This record gives sequence, structure tokens and C-alpha cells, in this order.
Amino acid sequence: MNTATTAALSVAPAITVERRLAGDLAIWIFILAELLAFGVFFAAYAFTRANHIELFDAEQVALHRDAGALNTVLLLTASYFVVRAVQAAERLASAASARWLLAAMVCGAGFVIVKLFEYSAAFEQGVSLSSSPFHMFYLSLTFFHFMHVILGMVILGAMWFGARAGRYRPGDMNGLETGAAYWHMVDLVWLILFPLVYVIH
Amino acid sequence: MQYKSQAVAMPYFIAAIGLFVGQIIFGLIMGMQYVVGDFLFPEIPFNVARMVHTNLLIVWLLFGFMGAAYYMVPEESETELYSTKLAWILFWVFLAAGALTILGYLFVPYATLAEMTGNDLLATMGREFLEQPLPTKIGIVVVALAFLFNITMTVLKGRKTAISVVLLLGLWGLAIFFLFSFYNPHNLVRDKLYWWFVVHLWVEGVWELILAALLAFVLIKVTGVDREVIEKWLYVIITLALVTGIIGTGHHFFWIGTPEYWQWWGSIFSALEPVPFFAMTVFAFNMVNRRKREHPNKAAVLWALGTGVMAFLGAGVWGFLHTLAPVNYYTHGSQITAAHGHMAFYGAYVMVVITIISYAMPLLRGRAANSEKAQVLEMWSFWLMTIAMVFITLFLTAAGILQVWLQRVSDTPMSFMAAQDQVVLFYWMREWAGVVFFIGLLTYLASFFVKGETKAVAN
Repeated sequence: MNTATTAALSVAPAITVERRLAGDLAIWIFILAELLAFGVFFAAYAFTRANHIELFDAEQVALHRDAGALNTVLLLTASYFVVRAVQAAERLASAASARWLLAAMVCGAGFVIVKLFEYSAAFEQGVSLSSSPFHMFYLSLTFFHFMHVILGMVILGAMWFGARAGRYRPGDMNGLETGAAYWHMVDLVWLILFPLVYVIH
Repeated sequence: MQYKSQAVAMPYFIAAIGLFVGQIIFGLIMGMQYVVGDFLFPEIPFNVARMVHTNLLIVWLLFGFMGAAYYMVPEESETELYSTKLAWILFWVFLAAGALTILGYLFVPYATLAEMTGNDLLATMGREFLEQPLPTKIGIVVVALAFLFNITMTVLKGRKTAISVVLLLGLWGLAIFFLFSFYNPHNLVRDKLYWWFVVHLWVEGVWELILAALLAFVLIKVTGVDREVIEKWLYVIITLALVTGIIGTGHHFFWIGTPEYWQWWGSIFSALEPVPFFAMTVFAFNMVNRRKREHPNKAAVLWALGTGVMAFLGAGVWGFLHTLAPVNYYTHGSQITAAHGHMAFYGAYVMVVITIISYAMPLLRGRAANSEKAQVLEMWSFWLMTIAMVFITLFLTAAGILQVWLQRVSDTPMSFMAAQDQVVLFYWMREWAGVVFFIGLLTYLASFFVKGETKAVAN
């Protein structure tokens, strides 16, 4: 989200000296609450892992790390596209802004598809919420995040309509920046979730 | 009062307060039975007093919500109520059904009542808080649907605001989740699971929407802060409430026979349930600090701020105390639960209903605010009831901690009744705090009859 903020600010003419919060205050409260929820979940994961290190390591290896890596690339790319969309709107290029948002949504859809393949493979192997503590966390954390990606895509979709209607312009960026901040939060959470659940052992 | 049809809120508010008095009287009776076991036995056994105490609470809060809706929705929608007549008919139907049910509890043995009312056709009775006989349950659904029809039609024909949308969402949710009270599977695990769909998803789900809508309405009126600002807060609060509250239902699924992952889901999400309540407190104080006008009704402002604080303490903090599975393993169903239940219901729902009554009643009686003298008395009642409730909660918490220790933690655990004997002192103190609460309630009633110079309605 910092990339978006700084990028948006650097393009915007430096008329106002005082620092401005990108996006609506309400979304930042919401983002903090979301991060708190994920943070508590991550902490619970860490504590449980400390008691079942061998089990966690063994089952972690069985995860599709490549799929996770691919999804990381997809989300990071989507975030980059969202940054470009904000920048485009700042220079009054609504059509370009809309195209960047569409590209971001395509990446998001890619994430969803990869994840669905991953889930179906896992379910075939008998992974469930009750099969082991690691599986419980793997499914809960990734599914909770998965739902956020879907919500993020709905928001991107709304912004896409807004950009096509030329609703965002310098000085009136609130809607776009608010949605962008949310999307970056979804990305940020994945950047912690992926190494934590898929890689670190 | 801007619309004539808003006047129909008045009987609802009066009925709510009347039933509130009844609830507290039965609370006092029960508190006495905690320490003097055969008090009023056999006339009013403990289980009957408890049923009356909790059922009256629910019914009077529903009267309060309905009255609030009848008052708020015409003003929000900028149009008269769809049907004032229907609202009046429903009032009498609901009051009669409520009164008959309570009389049934008091004068007919529960098993006989069940037989008389067709429980063998569709068994729905005998479950905590859902004890109502089948005809009463059906009556509740019919009244709720007709009420929702009336309110929804009013919103549809007029202005649609965030407040009325959130209120409608909450009220519809209330009606829909009540339908689970008709579902009573033989499997005890599933029975409990769906029972919580009513109980939890009411008080920690859709009722929070109603609470937020009522609070937002009063804050707009008394502070004059822009609707846009208040609506934004409203959306953030209800989103947080739903995200934490819906999955937070899991904190009731720890030990009923559901899979173990509920201990994680329930613990984590319900641990975050204080967040929306905290946001609500910040919201209320923030709006009052940014007020653009000095509303003459100081008492209503006090109740609104009190709702924020006490809901956060009672529902948020006292809920968090025992919501984590490893803690709840010991505290489950102890006096800690009772402590939380008392302060949460008072802080969140009792206080918000009194907030709207405090704001609307003077207007319904044709003045902007009550006289200075009446307001001072009302504020006295606020402090008496609120402080008494804080003490009730503290005493029950102390009793609960002792109980959990003696009965479940110590190396030589006591039986339930032996542990109860050890905490009698706290039950006595709770009863006295209850008496103070009752005095506060009588003070509140008296404040309605204090005369004095009143301010005329500004607009």
C-alpha cells in the first residue's frame, strides 16, 4: 500500500504541504481491524506450531509451494496494476486507469483459479479442517484470505465502472484510493501468509 | 415530532418501560432465591422466575425496537408511516400475547402449559430463552412480519437513508433468525447449534445493527454532525460487528459436540468482537465532541454516551474475559457468564432503548426536551442504574471466579451446591446492588412525571 501512496503522491502536484491520508479514514480503520484479525490468527498459528513442530514441517512440505509462489506473483502484479490505475487517474487518463484495473482483476481471477485447483487437490488427499492442526490453519487462513481476494475483486470491479465513467480525477481520488488501499492490504496479508504457511520451517 | 404517525411509538415505549419494571421485580425475586432458597416457594419457583425475567427482557426490548422503528422511520423516510392503524393493532396483539404468555408461565405448570398449547404437535418449548408456547412463537412471527411489512413499505415510499437500511437489515435479520426457534432436531448437538442461531445471531449479530442504527439516529439529532460522517461510521461499525459476530458464534460451539476447529474459529473471531463496540464508543464521543449544536436534551446525550461505554465494557470486555476456549474450558456456564450477560444486555440494549426513549418521548409529548428538573432526575436514574449494574457485574464476577476455583480448578474440587454455599456473600451483595438498580428504575419512572418549564420544539 505504501507504493501506491507514495506513487500517487509523487505524481500529484505538490500543492498541499500538509500530509494527506490516501483513501478514506474509514477504510484505514477497517484495514487495521482486518490486520488485527489476521495478526491474531498468525499468532495462534505460531503458538500451535511451537507445540507440533514436526507435524507442521511434514505437512507443510506436502503443500503446493509452486502454486503459492505463482499466486504471490499474481497478487503482486495485480497490486502493481492498481498502482498504475491510480497514477493514470491522477493524470486524467480514465480509460487507461480502467484498463489497468481490468488487468488487476484478471490477475485476481488467476489467483482464484490457482487456489481452487490447490483446494481440490488438497481435498482429494483428505485434507480437512479436522484432519490435523496444521491443515486446520492452512485451510482457515488461506480460505479467510481467499474470501478477501474475492471481496477485493468486487471492489476493483466497482472501481472499474467508476474509472470508465471518469469519476476519479486529481482532487477527487477518494473512491479509487480507498479501494486501492484495500487491495494492497489483501496483497500484504498474502505476503505474510505465504512464507509463514508454505515456506518457513 | 415531524410526522403525525410517529405518535404510535409512544404506546410501544410505555409498554417497554412497564415490562422493564416487571423484569426487574422478577430479577429481585430470583436474586433473593439465590440466598434464601425457598423464598416465595411454591408460588414462584426459581425456574419460572428466571423464565419470566429473561422473557420479559426480550419482549420489552422488542417493544423498544419496534417503538424506535415507528419513531425513526417516518422521520428518516420523510413520509408518514405506511399504516398507523396496523401499528396500533400489532401493539395490542403483541401486548396481549406477551401478557398471556407470562401469565401462563406464572399460573400453569410448564408441562401442562406445553400440553395445552400444542407442544406435542411441534415440540419447540423447554429450551432456554425459547420457552414460549407454540402459539406465542407463531404470534411473534406474525407480528414481526406485519411490522416489517409496515416499516419496509414506509421506507420504500420515502427517502432511503443508511440508518433506515441498517435498521431494516437488523430487524429483518431478527425475524429470520427467530425462525430457527421452530427447528428442534432430536440430535442434541444440532439442537444446540441451531439454538445459538437464534440466541447468538440475535444479540451478537443483527441486534447490533439495530443498536448502531438507533445510536446513529440519536447522535445525528442531538449533535447536528453531518449525516455523511455518521453514516460512514455506521457502515464501518456494522461491517466489523458482522465479520466478528457471525463467525464468533463459534465461541458457543466449543463443548457442544462440534468439530475442534470451532475452538480456534470461535476464539479468534469472538476475541475481536470488542472491536466494533470500541468503535461505537469512539464514535459516540467523537460525534458529541464535534457537535454543532447544544441540544437541550442533555439526558438523551448522556444515555447515548453511556450506551457506548457500557456496551463496550459489558459486551466487549466482559465477553472477552471468558471467550477464549482455554479459559472457557473452566468458566463455561459459571457466574462469569451471568456477570457478562447482565452488563452486556444492560449496556448495549437496555441503554440504547432508553436512549431513544429519552430522546423521542419529550418530542412525542410536544416539547424539545423535558424540564431541567425532570432531566436532572433522569440523569440521577442513569447513574443509579448504571453504577448498580457495574456492581452487580463485579459481584457476580467475584462469585464466578470463586466458583470456578472451588468447583473446577482446585485440587479438591467441591460439588456445585457446596461451591454455591461458599459464595453466598457475593449473592447478597448482588441482591443489594439489585435493590439500588430498582430504586434507579423508580427514579427513572418518576422523571416522567416531574413538571417544570420546558423548551418548545425548535423546528
